Amino acid sequence: MELVQYGLGRWLHILAGVMWVGLLYYFNFVQAAAMKDAQADGTAAGIAKHVAPRALFWFRWAAVVTWLAGMMLLGDKADEAFLFKERAYMPIGVGAWLGTIMFFNVWAIIWPNQRKILGLAPASEEEKASARRVAFLASRLNVALSMPMLFFMTASGGLFRRAVFGA
Amino acid sequence: MKNPLDSLWGTVLCGLALTAVLYWLVRAAMTGG
Repeated sequence: MELVQYGLGRWLHILAGVMWVGLLYYFNFVQAAAMKDAQADGTAAGIAKHVAPRALFWFRWAAVVTWLAGMMLLGDKADEAFLFKERAYMPIGVGAWLGTIMFFNVWAIIWPNQRKILGLAPASEEEKASARRVAFLASRLNVALSMPMLFFMTASGGLFRRAVFGA
Repeated sequence: MKNPLDSLWGTVLCGLALTAVLYWLVRAAMTGG
């Protein structure tokens, strides 16, 4: 049972997390700038039609798998991490909170607004413009949050925690 | 005032600053000072 929870669970958490954060960085470091250039030379439709929906599909479902695998890893220690009940669980607690806020951003803010932008949900041009701004800022916020999230996730275990946090 | 999240480097700097602040807070909480 521990092999599944800690061995396979951690592997799955990292696999899905790489896909989630990798696609987040793709959107922010590559696609946002590419869309600007593509709009200028009239080739943006291809990205919007063929690339963005596929990338968003893997992005949002990788977020689900990452979060669920993370919760499985925490197991019965989830309350100690999220409520900072024990000092040793503080770093992973901060990482878990940041990951959960990012997960909320994906499903409650980014995806509903992207549905309007991509024409998968009805929206006027004015609503689309507003959706673009909201989705953009939520995505940028997730890039900023991903930095401390990854720091706390990677520095939360045993040897690393003692070296980084001194306890 | 310009929103730092409008710029990619502004976003990265916000992430670094947040990491430093949270690290200081958590380390202080864990070591009792």
